[in-house]
Amino acid sequence: MEPFVSLSAVAAPLDMSNVDTDKLLPNRFFRKARGSGLQQYLLHDIRFNGDGSEKPEFVLNQKPYRQARILVAGPNFGSGSAREGAVYVVADFGIRAIIAPSFSDIYSGNMLQNGLLPVVLPQASCDDLRAQLHETPGAQITIDLELQTVTAPNGGVFKFEIDPGPRERLLKGQDDIDLILVHAKEIEAFEQRYLQNNPWRQTTVQEPQ
Amino acid sequence: MPMNLPTTLFEKVWSRHVIMTRGANEALLCIDNHFVHEGSFHAFGALAKEGRKVRKPRQIFGSPDHFVPTVNREQGLIGIADAESRGLVEYLANNAITYGFDHFGIEDDRQGVIHVIGPELGITQPGLTITCGDSHTSTHGAFGCFAMGIGASQAKQILATQCVWQKKPKTMRIVIDGPMGWGVTAKDIILAVIAKIGVAGGVGHVIELAGSTVRGMTMDQRMTMCNMATEAGARSAMIAPDETTFAFLQDRPYAPKGKMWDQAVAFWKMLPSDQGAEFDSELQLDAAEVNPCITWGTLPEQVLPITGDAPNPESFCNGKKTQIEEALRYMGLEPGAPLEGVKVDHVFIGSCTNGRLDDLRAAAAVFKGRKAMVPTWISPGSTAIKKMAEAEGLDQIFIAAGAQWRGSGCSSCAAMNGDTIAAGQRCASTSNRNFEGRQGKGARTHLMSPAMAAAAAVTGCLTDIRKMKRA
Repeated sequence: MEPFVSLSAVAAPLDMSNVDTDKLLPNRFFRKARGSGLQQYLLHDIRFNGDGSEKPEFVLNQKPYRQARILVAGPNFGSGSAREGAVYVVADFGIRAIIAPSFSDIYSGNMLQNGLLPVVLPQASCDDLRAQLHETPGAQITIDLELQTVTAPNGGVFKFEIDPGPRERLLKGQDDIDLILVHAKEIEAFEQRYLQNNPWRQTTVQEPQ
Repeated sequence: MPMNLPTTLFEKVWSRHVIMTRGANEALLCIDNHFVHEGSFHAFGALAKEGRKVRKPRQIFGSPDHFVPTVNREQGLIGIADAESRGLVEYLANNAITYGFDHFGIEDDRQGVIHVIGPELGITQPGLTITCGDSHTSTHGAFGCFAMGIGASQAKQILATQCVWQKKPKTMRIVIDGPMGWGVTAKDIILAVIAKIGVAGGVGHVIELAGSTVRGMTMDQRMTMCNMATEAGARSAMIAPDETTFAFLQDRPYAPKGKMWDQAVAFWKMLPSDQGAEFDSELQLDAAEVNPCITWGTLPEQVLPITGDAPNPESFCNGKKTQIEEALRYMGLEPGAPLEGVKVDHVFIGSCTNGRLDDLRAAAAVFKGRKAMVPTWISPGSTAIKKMAEAEGLDQIFIAAGAQWRGSGCSSCAAMNGDTIAAGQRCASTSNRNFEGRQGKGARTHLMSPAMAAAAAVTGCLTDIRKMKRA
């Protein structure tokens, strides 16, 4: 996985709260495979008219934001379904970080699994960032994961919190599965103890005789 | 931690599954049972691409639910008209053969919505850790297990290792006491809870639902409650196992038998939160204050009693005002207009929220001797429930009312199988999400209980179920 250390990039202001997974990836595109141009389905029904033409007023359709790699949104981002496709569409569009006052647990978890950074900042800071981005379309934001800072277009610096585990994995570009497999021995020892302590689980867990 | 410290139900289940910890609040968790469905294709695709195998196939269980049609089911796989959907259902069946896990396929009598059949087959049990690539996995928490929705990456990890790294959630207890009024159901109670704490109110938390109201509920009702905790943003929900739980599970195909059953029950009885156990936050709700209610907007927290009026945006400040204006516009409602009497175009009864036998009985009680005024789809949560409902004659009541008695699946709740509601149409629905476009592009969803949805069907408009009370 590509490590995330720092990123200076165009940020798009998404003036919406509760951007749910049905908005991010509408149901009817759920079954599309990765690598089939998933980014075209990102926020599809908000980005496109019924005839498939772009809605010119929507932020991601405006020239400065087509290259956006950061989104700044309202609270409760990614609420709803567990569908990881709702992260793939964002990633495949080129976004590496989303700044919002809060995220759904499953969505932020899915972002981390894909090397994307969810940055939680207070509502007022997000409002401030979006106001600056509207004022100077195409302005850049810098996110430094080592320092845990967001630098606004006007030079203002916001500090953000992130759990040390996910931070380290993003910095190193580590995949969780490798961090499970290294513990194979401990896992097997645990499972044996667990079965001894919970003997009724044997009916499910063990192969039939 | 000293053994005598009072602990919560969640803590007891969590701590028994921690293989090791990392930092302050992350743990490598052992997962007892993992559920898969045909929407889990990203996880299986990644597994194959990376050349990995399923490590514990006996702990994986699958059934197609999201993309299966609810018509032409007697034709089995070839009855799936859409090639892409058929491909996904076949892919799941093939993966079950390749990796050797139990799969309840489209032609199997045990097929159903995964969150309905897990409990039905006794795979879901107290004290377990359960995962599935679906946010409504919280449903299983009704049995006192820790059950959480995860994405495809973590689903792949669990298929390959039966473990997952997880951040330990905080705990919240919601105590609901008192009797429910006539016409009030578990759905109304959970909608009231979501309205109270908001769609992000549960973020980072596992919610224990407790109190006399919850203890008095059937397992079907408890599952409805836990199912929708995810709509309040909660990582999951749990209810302490009790005699109702044990009675439900006994003799189910995958439940322990004989001496093992006795041992399991003895363990399960130790799981409820101890007296004095501390939660990160606590909340009370008086069930008697809850009325039959519906969602009026496009968020599950936008709930009002059926006797209420659509909100007036003018009485709210800036951010909230815009949100309410947009929701009213999408829903085609006038500010301040009464909700009761608003015409509906469609009714959907089913889903992992309200597709169980209790729900179908409640709907049938309203349909009996009446006619549906609008197209009505009824989709049982599982093929087994379909058969039980038919054995009771519920299907005949629905058919006599002019409703469509369909096959089991996620149907119009996920709206991925072709069961979509047309743009601009208003649907009275027993499902769990009223997001824009959830039931189809431009579709307008009002969430409510099965009895209220049936009342909407027979009157053709949003209706207070209490007015349908028979002498």
